[in-house]
Amino acid sequence: MEPLKPVSASVRVLLGIGFFALFIGLWALVTLGGYVQPLFLASPGRALAAGWSLFTEYNFLGDIGMTVWRVLGGFLVAAAFAVPLGLMMGAYKPVEAFFEPFISFARYLPASAFIPLLILWAGVGEAQKLSVIILGSVFQIVIMVAVIAGATRIDLVEAAYTLGARQGGILRRVIIPAAAPQVMEALRLVLGWAWTYVIVAELIGAQSGIGHMIMDSQRLLDTGQMIFGIVVIGLIGLVTDLLFKALNRRLFRWASL
Amino acid sequence: MRGLPMGLSIRGLTRTFPGQGRAAPTLALQPTDLDVAPGEFVSILGPSGCGKSTLLRIVAGLDRPTGGHVTLNGRQVTRPGPDRGMVFQSYTLFPWLTVRQNIAFGLRERGLPEAQIRETTEKFIARTGLRGFEEHWPRQLSGGMQQRTALARALANDPEILLLDEPFGALDHQTRELMQELLLEVWGADTPETRKTVLFVTHDIDEAVFLANRVLVMSARPGRVKAEVPVPLPYPRDWTVKTTPDFAALKARLMAEIREEVRKAALA
Repeated sequence: MEPLKPVSASVRVLLGIGFFALFIGLWALVTLGGYVQPLFLASPGRALAAGWSLFTEYNFLGDIGMTVWRVLGGFLVAAAFAVPLGLMMGAYKPVEAFFEPFISFARYLPASAFIPLLILWAGVGEAQKLSVIILGSVFQIVIMVAVIAGATRIDLVEAAYTLGARQGGILRRVIIPAAAPQVMEALRLVLGWAWTYVIVAELIGAQSGIGHMIMDSQRLLDTGQMIFGIVVIGLIGLVTDLLFKALNRRLFRWASL
Repeated sequence: MRGLPMGLSIRGLTRTFPGQGRAAPTLALQPTDLDVAPGEFVSILGPSGCGKSTLLRIVAGLDRPTGGHVTLNGRQVTRPGPDRGMVFQSYTLFPWLTVRQNIAFGLRERGLPEAQIRETTEKFIARTGLRGFEEHWPRQLSGGMQQRTALARALANDPEILLLDEPFGALDHQTRELMQELLLEVWGADTPETRKTVLFVTHDIDEAVFLANRVLVMSARPGRVKAEVPVPLPYPRDWTVKTTPDFAALKARLMAEIREEVRKAALA
């Protein structure tokens, strides 16, 4: 191994899969070898079997659909507010001076700590679930987008001015396109965080969703189902991340040259 | 034009940068007067940090003078505008637009009809030798090709004056010489009466002499115009001009002027 030396594509894939294999191997060893009681940790086989029964007997697909819709719904509402505000803050310094101190404070408020309050305000329905995700994502997106837009290369802005662009043109045709790829990267990151909020929201006062299923399984001490649920969350996260990356590459080919 | 002065007129222009913290303010530009007639090609030659870029940025409207004023064809300069096209030393093509879209940027901002945008863009693609690169992204181009595009983008807007701030400063020597010839070719493509007024900032003596019909030498900071040297070499010029005795004599004279300033700048 040499520092910073690149590795070939096939070796990279093999190494990546290798760790997954090692991880599952160790898991199998401690569970099937009897080092850990099944009450605390199910074996890989048991987890898979539990997963099968979840899909066939307990309509787990419905839970997954519910959770995905909550994450995407909350995330899209948050982004629809936060991206324009972040762009305005990045572009116009008085707007930034007005909102930035409050948002810097608000983004440290833990979204999960609001759940009891939100239940009080919005009940235990969908509005409350979406609120948790919106609350957890919106301030993060605003701050990141503001920083990205504020870092627009000033020489590009100046070049646009000398070409006859006015205020609106600078914002729409310089700052926004320049910021777009990084804004999408920021959204990709926050979408990952939104997944953790939704599960927390579903652990309390929910009648459906992956988090609710995990909570139910705990009552039945079914660690197989719990682990399967957690793995499914990880897989969905991985897939959305890959889709997001692919979309960014398609949309912003110029940025990845 | 109602007796207004044509061309570029600079009167008593000064610029002081406020000091950082407790540092004293920096005087970048001493009171400067300058007149550039329509169609003239003027090089501003000076050591690094002498305020030549500041002068150009004030003419562009990107920087505000502390005192004095600039007028272009009778109108006072207060803000940047498409009447003053600029090419920067740094690569300032919009990376999300193709070569063709970059060249069309100013025309689109001004809301010209699509047919006219297409026609003008094509004309400058051809003139600057960018045929075959129209659909490339800036990141796919060499430095020389990027600056060609930047030049075409500035010219397509049909500015009254072209402001060039060391546009070839980041290029290697050979590319630089080719670009100088290209610039003269594009500039000379118009008739002497309709040629663009050009203000070209550089610290390269050869470049200043080769391009301009007048070279202004600026002093070390705080900058002022300390010498003015006409360049009577006839256009069109090509690289062979650089080997003539006349060129060598002009170069020697400018070198004597500038060496002193570079020494002062280095000691400052």
